[in-house]
Amino acid sequence: MSVPSVPPEPTASSDPADAAASVSAEPLISEAAVNAAVDAALAAIAVADTTAALRLVRSEHAGESSPLSKLNALMRSVPGNQKAAAGKLVGQARGAATKALTAREDEIGTAEAAARLLAETVDVTAAASTWKPGARHPISLLSERAADVFVAMGWEVAEGPELENEWFNFDGLNFDEDHPARAMQDTFFVEPTDAHLVLRTQTSPVQLRALLSRELPVYVVAPGRVFRTDELDATHTPVFHQIEGIAIDKGLTMANLRGTLDHFVQALFGPEAKVRLRPNYFPFTEPSAELDVWHPTFKDGARWIEWGGCGMVHANVLRSAGIDPEVYSGFAFGVGVERAVMFRNDVKDMHDMVEGDIRFSQQYGMTV
Amino acid sequence: MRVPLSWLGEFVDLAPGTTPEDVHAALVSVGLEEEDIHRFDVSGPIVVGEVLEFVGEEQTNGKTINWCQVRVAPGDELAADGGPAIHGIVCGAHNFAVGDKVVVTLPGASLPGPFPIAARKTYGHVSDGMIASARELGLGDEHDGILLLASLGIDAPVGTDAIPLLGLDDSAVEINVTPDRGYAFSIRGVAREYSHATGVPFRDPALALTVVAPVTRFPVTIDDQTPIRDQTGASVFVTRVVRGIDPTRPTPAWMTARLGLVGIRSISLVVDVTNYVMFELGQPLHGYDLDKLAGGIIVRRATAGEKFTTLDAVTRTLDVEDLLITDESGPIGLAGVMGGTSTEISAQTVNVLVEAANFDPVSIARSARRHKLPSEASKRFERGVDPRVAAVAAARVVQLLVDLAGGVADDLGSVYDEAPVPQPILLPTGFVSGLIGLAYTGDEVRDALVDVGASLIESDGDLQVTPPSWRPDLTDKWTLAEEVARIVGYDRIPSVLPVAPPGRGLTRTQTLRRTVAHTLAATGHTEVLTYPFVSERANNVFGVAVLPAVSAGANTADAASAVPVSVPQIKVANPLDGEAPFLRTSMLPGLLQIAHRNRSRGLVDVAIYEQGLVFRPEAGVKYGTAVLPAGGARPSAEAEAALNAGIVPQPLMVGIVLVGNDVRHQPGQPAVGAGWQSALAAAQQVALATGVRIEVRQGQHPAMHPGRTAELFVTVQASTVQASTVSALTMPVSTVSVGFAGELLPTVADDYDLPAVVAVAEINLGLVFAQADADLTVTSIRTMPAATQDLSLVVSVSVPAAALGAVVAEGAGDLLESIDLVDDYRGAGVESGQKSLTFGLRFRGEERTLTAAEASAARLSGVALAADRFGAALRE
Repeated sequence: MSVPSVPPEPTASSDPADAAASVSAEPLISEAAVNAAVDAALAAIAVADTTAALRLVRSEHAGESSPLSKLNALMRSVPGNQKAAAGKLVGQARGAATKALTAREDEIGTAEAAARLLAETVDVTAAASTWKPGARHPISLLSERAADVFVAMGWEVAEGPELENEWFNFDGLNFDEDHPARAMQDTFFVEPTDAHLVLRTQTSPVQLRALLSRELPVYVVAPGRVFRTDELDATHTPVFHQIEGIAIDKGLTMANLRGTLDHFVQALFGPEAKVRLRPNYFPFTEPSAELDVWHPTFKDGARWIEWGGCGMVHANVLRSAGIDPEVYSGFAFGVGVERAVMFRNDVKDMHDMVEGDIRFSQQYGMTV
Repeated sequence: MRVPLSWLGEFVDLAPGTTPEDVHAALVSVGLEEEDIHRFDVSGPIVVGEVLEFVGEEQTNGKTINWCQVRVAPGDELAADGGPAIHGIVCGAHNFAVGDKVVVTLPGASLPGPFPIAARKTYGHVSDGMIASARELGLGDEHDGILLLASLGIDAPVGTDAIPLLGLDDSAVEINVTPDRGYAFSIRGVAREYSHATGVPFRDPALALTVVAPVTRFPVTIDDQTPIRDQTGASVFVTRVVRGIDPTRPTPAWMTARLGLVGIRSISLVVDVTNYVMFELGQPLHGYDLDKLAGGIIVRRATAGEKFTTLDAVTRTLDVEDLLITDESGPIGLAGVMGGTSTEISAQTVNVLVEAANFDPVSIARSARRHKLPSEASKRFERGVDPRVAAVAAARVVQLLVDLAGGVADDLGSVYDEAPVPQPILLPTGFVSGLIGLAYTGDEVRDALVDVGASLIESDGDLQVTPPSWRPDLTDKWTLAEEVARIVGYDRIPSVLPVAPPGRGLTRTQTLRRTVAHTLAATGHTEVLTYPFVSERANNVFGVAVLPAVSAGANTADAASAVPVSVPQIKVANPLDGEAPFLRTSMLPGLLQIAHRNRSRGLVDVAIYEQGLVFRPEAGVKYGTAVLPAGGARPSAEAEAALNAGIVPQPLMVGIVLVGNDVRHQPGQPAVGAGWQSALAAAQQVALATGVRIEVRQGQHPAMHPGRTAELFVTVQASTVQASTVSALTMPVSTVSVGFAGELLPTVADDYDLPAVVAVAEINLGLVFAQADADLTVTSIRTMPAATQDLSLVVSVSVPAAALGAVVAEGAGDLLESIDLVDDYRGAGVESGQKSLTFGLRFRGEERTLTAAEASAARLSGVALAADRFGAALRE
């Protein structure tokens, strides 16, 4: 760094009186000296390119022993009539230097901060994660979504035990005691079998419990886990999930059943979804229907898929709940959640849904 | 039920070119669901051939083959395969003679298998086709030789296409028949439904026969002393006799083909005829060798321990509910299920007694199930057979045996008929429209009911509807409404969304359950759904509550070697997996299996959870009910209470299992293994999700690491205590244990093939949710500056940090806003057996800035109480 030229040292005497004595010869603080000092300072500031260099420049050109400070110190000796002019000269000079210093300081500071940040550059694709991905199971998520569709219509969600008395699972639902579904090949019984407890084969017992415990009218939906003695294979599992609905009110019709199902499938699968009813038989409904659903984006293309059963609640089911079928009527439906996940998301094998492989649920994350 | 199209076409007109798919589509619209399509997998050229000559040639393997010259086209015409009229064919069978007409499969043909036919070199000749056996054609099991057309009574010209000749061009639709429509287990019933679906006229075969009453009575007695559910075992019992049949007569090819398509093997002409008529009319039939019958027939219940050998040569021990057909020799048939060997039709039978009966559905269903003998007959009886068709079916059998077997109808027989007459059902005007939600016209209602066979009487606009004899399922006005809706078409039913009354949304429990599930997923746990079936041992290991507190120091060795106690649990009577016949009392065994499965697939870091019910019977309690109230009426209050009281407690739980790393090794990030702290974190996430504070205490559990297990408690707020008056930092009113969290015993982890460190937690959500306060009263936020101070206390290592912190908080009083454990130091400067716990304290005044002296005074009050309770010393 070049050392800026320095105005000549004042005379050896620092006595103000001596200084005053020499005023007549030439001004104690010459404009040239001031300009030279300022120019030197500005030049030095301009070339300083680091905070450290600038600190040195500040010390040399604005510090105690800098030329400008020294010129300023002479102010004490400047005769009164020259003080204003000299003061202005020196003040402006020092102001210019200070301003330049501050500006350069900001400049360098900004640049250095930017460089520092640049130096902190990381590979954002290699971030270490202190959290791990979790996920919900699509069966749970779809059950919740389905329930929400009904809750939005004013329906409520009902629940019941999984290990259920046969009366709720069969007798009360108009399954004759000799109905084949009550035989051992479909239903899990528990010991002792003469205590009449079964793992519910359907969520319909919840409907019956709802009718027995709630005030009419009743509009409830019952999602839940059910059990049948089917070996696990690509399309069957002994433990699966249903969502059932029942509505009992005065004047409900099969047209209301269709209206409810139309709304349900469109809310769940999209506005293009369609429902088809086919005559069928269930002990707990009369008339009964098979429920098919159609959507253009189902796997293997637009087609009808058998999804569940439905119908008008059988008069004997109403009677089992102490409801007069001559006064009240209603409809019920039940659909399989696993099946919906299969045709909606192209799940090809039931094993994926029951084996608990975390890769399966993690494809869904938090939403279905 | 399988329906050959050619057979269906006898009773309804099928438009030319009607395919099985067309028939399926029609039947599905009236409620007969499509299952499958069955065809004979044969394709031509397959023709009638005549053996002109053959030479037996002995082979080196000892077999003799015949080198045959077979005429397969008349005169000089080309054969159906384009070859000469006479083909040289190698044949291994020996049951034929020169001049016999046979079935020749020519090159290019294909037989079931598929088995393509081509000219091939064999035994030193080029065999230009094959002479087929019945089995090779798919016409039954006969493979003792080639099929001789004469044995089927067929004599067709050489070169005739054998496929239609043998009925092999037919196909059958298979439909699923629901339990209410037994009549559709007949071609007659399906044809009626096809007529409903398409509008083509139906020709009822039951009306096409003239039934002649027998003149000489064959003695039949119905003697049911113990009817089941008040129903006599047999309501109809018709017998007819045919004499002098020729037992050598073959079953005609068309009948064999149709029986094959419906899935019945051809056995003998008499048996085939009874089967054929059963499929045609839906009436199960049985043929007895009249000469083997001893006296008349008595229908009665079996006696206890009575034995009977059924046609399948199995001797069965009977139940007193079994209905028997007997003669003077004893049982000759298990009614509606299977006949016996003693009176079986044989190759020598010339005189046949035909039985057409109507048995009680429940009786037959129970017998078939009891003896595991489901049959075509029992299937029909269980669902209800038209009682009016028995006599017709017997007459049809007689007719066929006369026509096909050369028999003579005898005037010996019997007719017992006590079948109830269908009673009329009142169908009020407008009922169907009101139930379905579609304004049916009077004509639509009447026409539909007449179509299904009902007879109507109109009175004041209402209808008295008498269902047809084959529809026992039509019992009330709702079943009639279904018939109208079905016949008119379900596709006509409009779509009308009903308006439910305002609902209350999800219950608090339902909302909390979702929040817990979401929170655990959001904090890195994956939801799985396990089967609730476990072994007894798994329940004994996991299914107990946390052990009662034992004094510190004495517990560890005991717990580590604890033999699992026997836990009350529920056993499945008919489990799929004999290894896991019990219902889970804990979520953990299933989750541990799934953790292992994931690891076995190379997924080493596993964090999973499941919410679900566990089954926790209490010791000594009898669950269930001995009797079931009848359906169709509300149970009495006592009966309803008993049903509910007999339900096994099924609390809602959440189980969590973590194994491997919480954080895996990554650039700049060492791996963090999952351990007891991960399990506690998960438990706290559950607490956070529910807004319920979970208190952690050192705990013991037989499946858990003796020193790394926490018992989890929640505060039970007495209803009389206002939440706002209880400081969040004071001791709770009372607490209840809701679960545990920590690490498994390494030996238990090893049982599941998991590494030594497995973090688990199980929490009873029902208990936690019960404390979720919907009416939380919040504390106003103090905004004055805080004063923070640290506090290090030296206490015995046996003092839990949480307990010490709670005491400090209690002593420091209201000015203390929060207290956090910062450090646990043991070592130089701290006596052995002691530890130095450092807490970060934050004080804050309510309305003004605290002075340092005030904060210090509060801190020292905390120290003083800690010194008093735990002998804690201030560490300067």
